Amino acid sequence: MTLKTILAAATLAALGTGLAAQEVKIGIAAEPYPPFASLDSSGTWVGWEVDVIDAVCKAAELNCVITPVAWDGIIPSLTGGQIDAIMASMSITEERMKTIDFSDPYYNTPTVVVADKAVDIDATPEGLKGKIIGVQASTIHQAYAQEYFKDAAEIRIYQTQDEANQDLVAGRIDATQADSIAMADFVSTDAGACCEIKGNVADDPAILGLGVGAGVRKGDDALREALNKGIAAILADGTHAEITARYFKASIY
Amino acid sequence: MSDLRALLIPRRLFLMALFAGFVIWCALSLRWDWLPQYLPLALEGLWRTIWILVVTVVLGFALAVPLGLAQAAGPWYLAAPARVFCTVIRGTPLLLQIWLLYYGLGSLFPQYPWIRGSELWPYLRQAWPYAVLALTLSYAGYEGEVMRGGFASVQKGQLEAARAFGMPRFTIFRRIWLPQAIRNVLPTLGGETILQLKATPLVATITVIEIYAVSSRVRADTFIVYEPLLLLALVYMIIAGLIALMFRWVENRVPSRRREG
Amino acid sequence: MEALLDTLGLAEAASLLSLEPPGWGANLLRGLVNSLQIALGAFGFGLLIGLGGAYGKLYGGPLLRDLLAIYTTVIRAVPELVLILILYYVGSDLINQAATAMGYDRVEISGVVAGIWVLGVVQGAYATEVLRGAIQAIPPGQLEAARAFGMPPLMTLRRVTIPAMMGFATPGLANLWLIATKDTALLAIVGFSELTLETRQAAGSTRAYFTFFLAAGGLYLLITLFSGVIFSRIEKWARRGQPSLREGGR
Repeated sequence: MTLKTILAAATLAALGTGLAAQEVKIGIAAEPYPPFASLDSSGTWVGWEVDVIDAVCKAAELNCVITPVAWDGIIPSLTGGQIDAIMASMSITEERMKTIDFSDPYYNTPTVVVADKAVDIDATPEGLKGKIIGVQASTIHQAYAQEYFKDAAEIRIYQTQDEANQDLVAGRIDATQADSIAMADFVSTDAGACCEIKGNVADDPAILGLGVGAGVRKGDDALREALNKGIAAILADGTHAEITARYFKASIY
Repeated sequence: MSDLRALLIPRRLFLMALFAGFVIWCALSLRWDWLPQYLPLALEGLWRTIWILVVTVVLGFALAVPLGLAQAAGPWYLAAPARVFCTVIRGTPLLLQIWLLYYGLGSLFPQYPWIRGSELWPYLRQAWPYAVLALTLSYAGYEGEVMRGGFASVQKGQLEAARAFGMPRFTIFRRIWLPQAIRNVLPTLGGETILQLKATPLVATITVIEIYAVSSRVRADTFIVYEPLLLLALVYMIIAGLIALMFRWVENRVPSRRREG
Repeated sequence: MEALLDTLGLAEAASLLSLEPPGWGANLLRGLVNSLQIALGAFGFGLLIGLGGAYGKLYGGPLLRDLLAIYTTVIRAVPELVLILILYYVGSDLINQAATAMGYDRVEISGVVAGIWVLGVVQGAYATEVLRGAIQAIPPGQLEAARAFGMPPLMTLRRVTIPAMMGFATPGLANLWLIATKDTALLAIVGFSELTLETRQAAGSTRAYFTFFLAAGGLYLLITLFSGVIFSRIEKWARRGQPSLREGGR
């Protein structure tokens, strides 16, 4: 038996075990996005979504590695092969479905507008008239603001939601539109004490999507099925509810 | 005409044909349907890029002259700070400087409520003043070092002669020292200005919508990755080419009798 | 020490920057290591490209020279940020397409490799120009002598060209190295956790923007100053034999 045949046999064996042995790179946004995913001071990623990723991968018997990438390049990173799946609070929308496939949703939350407590703003085009509203680039919030608030307000686009929050506190923008859970977490911190949630925006499923799912490359059905299986499993056995209870008072599914 | 003839050699014709083929392939097989919709925004962004470039180069150069002079001929209490400034600016990434100015200063506003009541607040809310400030300081830092060399390489004898003729100090500076120093640095100035052009897209990270930010917007809205970036690269190459041509024109217009050797 | 920090009002900053959690110092240092790793890799990769490019520009055929001219012109006219985005996505796309075409699985490209590849290609263009100038500055007699003694080209490169040009190339290469360290900051835009991104994450999480950005600035500055010392040593060493060599050539 030559070295070559040993190698060939080893390769075949590795291929035979399939997805389980192969590393699956789960892309998350390289930015603080509490309470879903943020880096702590010891250099590990923590949060609800990180726990869910671990649970889903365990249930689906995938060998997952969390890989932070820039949010506004996360879809090109997926199609380009730097990562294999996106689990970064990405909503399932028609527009994104043209480029990538999604698993079943694993959470769903409304979209809110947040502003300074002293400022009279509500989450309608009339309520935002003449104001500056900050949104994160490449999000459903950017798409929504451009559709509904474009004529009423000035829209400022940030690379990360964290920066928009920072500028809201600094007073450079009057309001920001973002996910309700992330914003509830933000206004409960010292930094976000200035501000409060002013209300939900009117729903538009075509833009705001149908919940958050894991994004995979078009045609990567094996991984999509595996993730679906994992998501279904943690929903069925109560792991999802148990993780949620650790972070939130109510269910977010 | 010799320039033109140099292009008509067979291998250059071949390269040009190859390039034309590439352009045609790009035009036909890549997606450009987004272009009409984003063209107005792109032109606006292009204008903002050029505007920021021109303003920061002019302001930065105005700042670089005293920085260079202080280092070349100033007393130690002026030379030392100027040197420290240039070292710090050149020794740290511009991206970090931009973020320090924008988010660092921004984090101070909530602590000092009177800032929001001041006359300057409408400007402090915008992103472009920070962008202009950061790019100006950066250009001044790099150019200050260049100007130091420029001032130092003006021959001492000329300054002594001017002083011997009883020229006032400021006149010496204005008529003899500064013009020659600028002439000395002109060849490097074009290159430095192109470097400054290449630094402008960094301000997109603090919400200034210049041409790079527009391409990011297209990428985000349509998920088309390569086409906006390729077009963007072409736009920057054209601007860089124009800057190079402009500086060559200026250099040719400046009368100079180069020393031999 | 603690009393001193307290009186200066720096106690909070010191605790934020301490190396053990809840301090974020370890994160910054990890980012610094990543930055240096990429800068070193890119600098080395750039030098290889530069050496090839310089040889091609000086001794290559006309077509090769034109192609290299296009390479250096394009790279030096387009912002690094744009090049990084193009090369980052195109690079891994191409490798994966090649891998699938040859029947392999998709190749996993680590962030470090992608960063080195991207910055290396950029560095290569500048290194080409620096090394070309340095090779041209070698007294031609030295290379002719090597050829006359029948030295094979590769040996000439190793024993004559590279040692002789080191002195001329060092200042330019020192500059390139500094550009490499600073350009790693641009990888923050594509989400690679080098020093600048780690800094921003720490700053965003703690809201202590000034503390962290100034600390990171200090780290970058230390690299710059330290490199300056090293490179002036190298330059002195590289030029050590030159005066006598020049005398010998007379």
